[in-house]
Amino acid sequence: MRDDVVVLGVGMTAWGKWGRPFVDYGVAAAREALDDAGVDWADVDLVVGGETVRNGYAGYVAGSTVAAALGFNGAQVATVYGACASGAMAIGHGRAQILAGLADVALVVGADTTPKGFLAPNAGERPDDPDWLRFRLLGATNPAYFGLYARRRMHLYGATESDFAKVKVKNARHGVDNPRARYRKEVAEEEVLASPVVASPLHLLDICATSDGAAAVVLASADYAARRAGGGAGAGAVAGRPSVRIAAVSTVTPAFPDTGLGLPDIATDSTATVAPPPRSFRDSIAHTAYEQAGIGPDDVDVAEVYDLSTALELDWYENLGLCPAGEAEQLIRRGATALGGDGPTVNPSGGLACFGEAVPAQAVAQVCELVWQLRGEATGRQREGARVGISANQGLFGHGSSVIVVR
Amino acid sequence: MPVTKPAVPAVEGWFTTGDEPVLLGSRCDACGVVAFPPRRSGSGCPDPRCRGTELSEHRLARTGRVWSFTDAQYQPPPPYVSPSDPYRPFVLAAVELDADGLVVLGQMVEGCNAETVTVGQPVELVVEPLFETDETIQLVWRWRPAGA
Repeated sequence: MRDDVVVLGVGMTAWGKWGRPFVDYGVAAAREALDDAGVDWADVDLVVGGETVRNGYAGYVAGSTVAAALGFNGAQVATVYGACASGAMAIGHGRAQILAGLADVALVVGADTTPKGFLAPNAGERPDDPDWLRFRLLGATNPAYFGLYARRRMHLYGATESDFAKVKVKNARHGVDNPRARYRKEVAEEEVLASPVVASPLHLLDICATSDGAAAVVLASADYAARRAGGGAGAGAVAGRPSVRIAAVSTVTPAFPDTGLGLPDIATDSTATVAPPPRSFRDSIAHTAYEQAGIGPDDVDVAEVYDLSTALELDWYENLGLCPAGEAEQLIRRGATALGGDGPTVNPSGGLACFGEAVPAQAVAQVCELVWQLRGEATGRQREGARVGISANQGLFGHGSSVIVVR
Repeated sequence: MPVTKPAVPAVEGWFTTGDEPVLLGSRCDACGVVAFPPRRSGSGCPDPRCRGTELSEHRLARTGRVWSFTDAQYQPPPPYVSPSDPYRPFVLAAVELDADGLVVLGQMVEGCNAETVTVGQPVELVVEPLFETDETIQLVWRWRPAGA
């Protein structure tokens, strides 16, 4: 289709805790994506950055910071922030500009340098900031919310700590051969259960770390991609490789009344006078993506979902429609979502369990993995014959995203 | 002679103090939708179908049932202030109020732990010291097992 947006190239640093400036990671990922695409930096006419909020002004203007580091080339620039959905919002902006005919080639970059330990609000006395208040009044860290969701699954569906641990075991196995993963070691269920409790019922190994890292994609109009394939410098980089296109980018907000107790909320909306919407917030994120792409859950081969905690990965199975509510435990118990299982493969990259979270980079990294899967280039973790991939995540303040890529 | 520090809410306008304290929400004058924390006067009704801009104070139900709970085995980072040194873990509960149709987070009172709290357990609202500064005792709402 002429109105498609094609992923010409992807790039990603290894994830770790290096403490270098975020822009170094961003530039490395950007260069790799450009090389992978066979596109000259000079040809890029739009740069979109995912903002990082813990790296000063350079982070607030991440798009221009990366562009300046590559050498300003006169491209249009934008920087977006949507918590964990930032990377998908950046892809969404690049895609929209291309679909509108306002850009031909977009470089989308997310990069972060994260502090150690719990993610915390920015410093200072800020009693008007709900994120500050939940720490001050309640000591409610991010893992506390993950613990609340996990306990709810146990209550509603009979999930066990052992079910949660099985998610870690699966993802750890997936990540062993991923050269960009930070943790590349198999983990036994007993090790998860023996690790210290952080936020009951979740143990340390149920909860993802925070990491440094960067990911980038080069998006192009179908016309530009066709011209590239026709010859000229860099055409070889795409020859013989399946064309992967972006079929959907969903970044919807919740619908009132939202009963999900998202971060950093201290209370849900009230359902006393208005009934809840037919779909939960997380359900609606995926539903909107499926509607845009004109496909459904049965079409999905691979999914990269936000396993901030092991239990949350089980929630996502249901939110993505991979199984009815309450049946995610059955999928993980029978190995359906593992490589070689009888269902869609979930987190073939190893997920956040193996990467840790680098907020503005993570949603871009999810798309990078899906592209490698669809090209058949995910050595050691390849879902055979993958044609449709979906990503999903949820972040603070009513943000969430889902991207569908197809070949 | 020891001087008694004044006890003040750690956040203004979210709860009452004294006997039988309550959380203070907002209520839309036009459609009656209740919200907690109370919405700012500039915000208006949270229901997108309602054009209401006038909000009144609403006293929320002070009893409910535990919807879910967790604990904090490691000390949360600032701006959390630990009331004890060394740090003592606490239980955090999400409580479905007996009226008003919403779930509200709060710490459980000291003495509760993840083994004693259960989903569905009835609880009631209390107000207790959160931490002390040089000048004041900062108060916060907590959940206490009903009848305890």
